[in-house]
Amino acid sequence: MDGYYAWMIVATALVLMMTVPALALFYGGMTRSKSVLNMMMMSFAAFAVVGIVFVLWGWSEGWGGNGVGNGNGALIANPLSMFGMHGVSPGNYIYVLFQLTFAAITAALISGAIADRVRMSAWIVFVVAWVTLVYFPIAHNIWGGGWWYSHFPNLDYAGGTVVHINAGVAGGVLALIIGKRVGWPRELMRPHNLTLTMIGAGLLWFGWYGFNVGSMVFSASTTKAWGGFSAQFQGEMGTTFLNTTVATMCAMLGWLAVERMLHGKATSLGAASGVVAGLVAITPSCGAVNTLGAIVVGVVAGMVCAVAVSFKYKIGLDDSLDVVGVHLVGGILGALMIGLVGTTSSPQGVDGFFPAGTNGLFYGGDLALLGHQAMGVLFTLVWSGGITAVLGLAIKYTIGWRVTRDDEMSGIDSAEHGETAYDWGGLTGGGHGLGATATVSSPSSAPAAESIESVTA
Amino acid sequence: MKQVTAVVKPFKLDDVKAALEVLGIQGLTVGEVQGFGRQKGHTEVYRGAEYTVDLVPKVRIDVLVNDGDADKVVDAIVEAARTGKIGDGKVWVTPVDTLVRVRTGERGPDAV
Repeated sequence: MDGYYAWMIVATALVLMMTVPALALFYGGMTRSKSVLNMMMMSFAAFAVVGIVFVLWGWSEGWGGNGVGNGNGALIANPLSMFGMHGVSPGNYIYVLFQLTFAAITAALISGAIADRVRMSAWIVFVVAWVTLVYFPIAHNIWGGGWWYSHFPNLDYAGGTVVHINAGVAGGVLALIIGKRVGWPRELMRPHNLTLTMIGAGLLWFGWYGFNVGSMVFSASTTKAWGGFSAQFQGEMGTTFLNTTVATMCAMLGWLAVERMLHGKATSLGAASGVVAGLVAITPSCGAVNTLGAIVVGVVAGMVCAVAVSFKYKIGLDDSLDVVGVHLVGGILGALMIGLVGTTSSPQGVDGFFPAGTNGLFYGGDLALLGHQAMGVLFTLVWSGGITAVLGLAIKYTIGWRVTRDDEMSGIDSAEHGETAYDWGGLTGGGHGLGATATVSSPSSAPAAESIESVTA
Repeated sequence: MKQVTAVVKPFKLDDVKAALEVLGIQGLTVGEVQGFGRQKGHTEVYRGAEYTVDLVPKVRIDVLVNDGDADKVVDAIVEAARTGKIGDGKVWVTPVDTLVRVRTGERGPDAV
């Protein structure tokens, strides 16, 4: 067991890295240069805010009951029974922290749909309300043994439904409510730094091993004996590790192939996007499919998402960084493909987690498994879509979502944070030329002013 | 006195500088500029969305010369900057009324 705890600490840190900095880099590179800092701050702020909410009432609301993962069949668990970690054994804190990082990245994922235009204060208010009313209840119902799972059990190994479908539909709804960026889609809004995006995608892939491989749940039978525990630990992690890797590779190649066919060139943004689409799709299915199944999941996710990202232009929805096209579409594909290529010889099948007890369609099963998966998707679409719409409209007509038109045009980094990411041009850069004559006001003390003068002199 | 102005492909700057040094040109001014000609930019595709990038990066070179040297300088720049492909740019000559060297106050051809 000691090795398992050591691994969970590593896995938790890996998932933390997926939000800060991986997602921040992935998204930041895709925004315009005048809004990259704001984009990255949306991830950083979401992480801090969700983390605090999580240890206060999130764990209790999502995983409430008498212990870890012990659901009570209720639609919403009591958010106050374990408020502030009341009654939670420190030996279980690692599970709390592991789940905390999932809640944080789910909220942060939404920010890509509403890039470049939202006030930081509105975002923070939204994140607190959203995880409370959407994320924790959905996690409870899909994972925590809540009402929905007890009636329609479905497979979501590491959060394709709870994280990606959930964030994807919320992002789409918010983009609709908040509206387009000024000038979209007429104006050029191309990614300003795809090297950041490539680094972010690579770090996401790395961190995703914590996300997927760390998401194992021990069945009641294996936890009783060391031999059974050891066998499940090694066999299941090997499978999820390999499936996560293979599907991601296939999705990258699938995305690039579609681009090459439709647009003539295979792009770096396509490779980065394909990586994420594959990771999203294998997230729910990595414990339920074999190696060939993982290849199918990856290829389908990469190719379909590559086409899906163009849909927003047809309907005029400024889902700025394609949260719908990658996370919603990829998440739905991953969940439903378990109904096709899921097999009871996979770890989750062996451990008796397959809800209908049958294989997927391609392995001689009937429609039962696909049906259960579809019910999980439907629950998340309706719950997340509906409540996000209410929250989004409530903020729109009270404190307001958007920065002013002028601030958006001149750059949200400067307007919201008083900073710009890059020191453009020689005239104001590096202490040469005109920049050296700019007035520098000291924050408070005289010594600081002297040191600034000596630099600019 | 004449001002020879050239707008050429950025990677041709070194070739142009070398050609002008051979002619004994003592100084020039270079700036990074953007623009388009008959070429009308190019297109880029991001996640399936096609963008027309109509302002293409170029280098602008300004050289001040005596009247008799202008044609030689123009020919040298054209020779050095030509790739034969679209977007090679343009070179033009404008008359200069007054020229002063700031340090010495010299005026006219002496200041070239």
